[in-house]
Amino acid sequence: MRAPLLTVFRKEVVDNLRDRRTLYSALLFGPLFGPLLFAGLISFMLSETVAELDEPLELPVLGAEQAPNLIAYLKANGTDILQAANDRAGVEAAIKAGEHAVALIIPEGFAAAWNAGAPAAIALVSDSSSSRAAKDVVRAGALLETYSTQVGLLRLQARGVDWTTVKPLALQNVDVSTPAGRSVLVLGMMTYFVLFAMLMGGMYLAIDTTAGERERGSLEPLLTLPATRATLIVGKILATCFYMAFSLALTLFAFAVSLRFVPLKELGMVANFGPAVAVGAFFVLLPFVPLGAALMTVVASFTKSYKEAQTWLSVVLLVPTLPIIVAAVFTLKPSLALMAVPSLSQHLLVTDLIKNEPIDPLWFAVSATSTLLLGAALGWLAARLYRREGILG
Amino acid sequence: MIEVRALSKSFGAVRALDGVSFTASDGRITGLLGPNGAGKSTTLRILYTVLEPAAGSARVDGFDAAETPLEVRRRIGVLPHGAGLYPNLTARENIAYFGRMHGLSGQELDSRVDALADLLDLREFADRRARGFSQGQRTKTALARALVHEPQNVLLDEPSNGLDVMATRSLRELIRRLREAGKCVLFSSHVMQEVAALCDDIVIIAHGRVVASGTPDAIRAQAGEANLEEAFVKAIGSAEGLE
Repeated sequence: MRAPLLTVFRKEVVDNLRDRRTLYSALLFGPLFGPLLFAGLISFMLSETVAELDEPLELPVLGAEQAPNLIAYLKANGTDILQAANDRAGVEAAIKAGEHAVALIIPEGFAAAWNAGAPAAIALVSDSSSSRAAKDVVRAGALLETYSTQVGLLRLQARGVDWTTVKPLALQNVDVSTPAGRSVLVLGMMTYFVLFAMLMGGMYLAIDTTAGERERGSLEPLLTLPATRATLIVGKILATCFYMAFSLALTLFAFAVSLRFVPLKELGMVANFGPAVAVGAFFVLLPFVPLGAALMTVVASFTKSYKEAQTWLSVVLLVPTLPIIVAAVFTLKPSLALMAVPSLSQHLLVTDLIKNEPIDPLWFAVSATSTLLLGAALGWLAARLYRREGILG
Repeated sequence: MIEVRALSKSFGAVRALDGVSFTASDGRITGLLGPNGAGKSTTLRILYTVLEPAAGSARVDGFDAAETPLEVRRRIGVLPHGAGLYPNLTARENIAYFGRMHGLSGQELDSRVDALADLLDLREFADRRARGFSQGQRTKTALARALVHEPQNVLLDEPSNGLDVMATRSLRELIRRLREAGKCVLFSSHVMQEVAALCDDIVIIAHGRVVASGTPDAIRAQAGEANLEEAFVKAIGSAEGLE
């Protein structure tokens, strides 16, 4: 490295090491809060889902005395039978008022129809406009369907009919996904957290070395030094890269640790994010570091003050999500062509790593090359911007 | 040695410089005097290569500022207007950073920083971070930063701004020492007394033009005034913007 370039790089690294804002954003906010928030959120969601399955279904029943066997079956299958209102109108009003999610009405004449072997009418009352109730309605409906089928089969047997006649299809659901593959449903959004934390790590440096330097009045003396402006800006971008790479490594490490405490197993998933995958993800994401640093530097160079730069850069933090969202909306399948799209290619490759699928070296090469090329183009643009007289503001 | 020939520069519709010419010689102190907005800073900014002239040339030791900016930057030490420091670095680190950028290192750099710390009386705050420095401490540090590589040509833009009486005295003392060392010192000011007390040559600028130049005696003779202050006012056309 040429001497002035190294001098600028070292000065910016040391200078920002003493800046609390840089340190907090590079070492704390992104790398630690991101993974903790992510792991905490998933744990909460999972424990909610699991807890709901264990909870008994509350079911008010009108006319329970007419169907003691049905009631016994429901009780045996995790249902709390409650006393419903005295008439149909009362039951419906209670559901409308949201007192219960679902209620069962066993009308007069049920017992007679049942005993005669005729279809016996029952009514499940619910409010489909209440999203909270949907799970309980499905659960109650499924229980009643199962009971109905079981009794039907018993009746056929009692009449000497082979019950298999009414089961022409023997449907089997074969799920070829692996526990690691299923985890992508949850872990797929992790790439964005990592990209975000990485950009956060360099954000204050990108602002400080451009808009901040101008606002302090230290840019003009700097430009009187015997170094080309390209040397100055490249030294600054490299220092930004240094913090971003550090942020990236720390974030991946924090994810590897925090995901150990997420109960993914209870959903039949395995978090395939051990040291090997974390290291792989680091190298997949590393080419994005110079791109992010150059992008933030270019944007910060256009702004007139520290505050303005901060505003614009918080928008820039969202830019890497755009390709990922577009891909999700159009459900794009990973392909060689998509490897040319920075941020999306990193997202797809990291997803493959988490799925424990092998990565095609060509795909990785295309992803890294296209990302580095765009980064170099933006770095060149930043150097051009620094040559303008207007840079002095 | 600084030679400025027919320098012109516009910012939008504003004509900041309109054919400015003068020479500042080695071993002499040259003062650029003029009211605020006369074009002093623009002239200096072209000389220290952050602005490019629209026409004319600015040369430092024979090197053109627009064509060979790196050669010029090696030969100048600059105190720009309102020179900012890095608040997270100590005074010493601020000075050493500029020294390293000029290719100094190790023992040589350390001894130069120490010598400047003594000369500019900044030892007591040399190892404190620049955040919270007074204006005087900032200017002293910025001066040391400009001189750390012992430049042949020293450009100072309103150097006494914000300095107290004692600091101003030591600044003048420093500028005289630079002259004795054979350096070419060019500084701008809108304070007549300062220029009169210090300068061997004076260049008076108003509205982007040189309206008078030469030794104080020559300027007095030119204006036909016995008093230098009257001569200044006569040359500029009004006392507005002067102190």
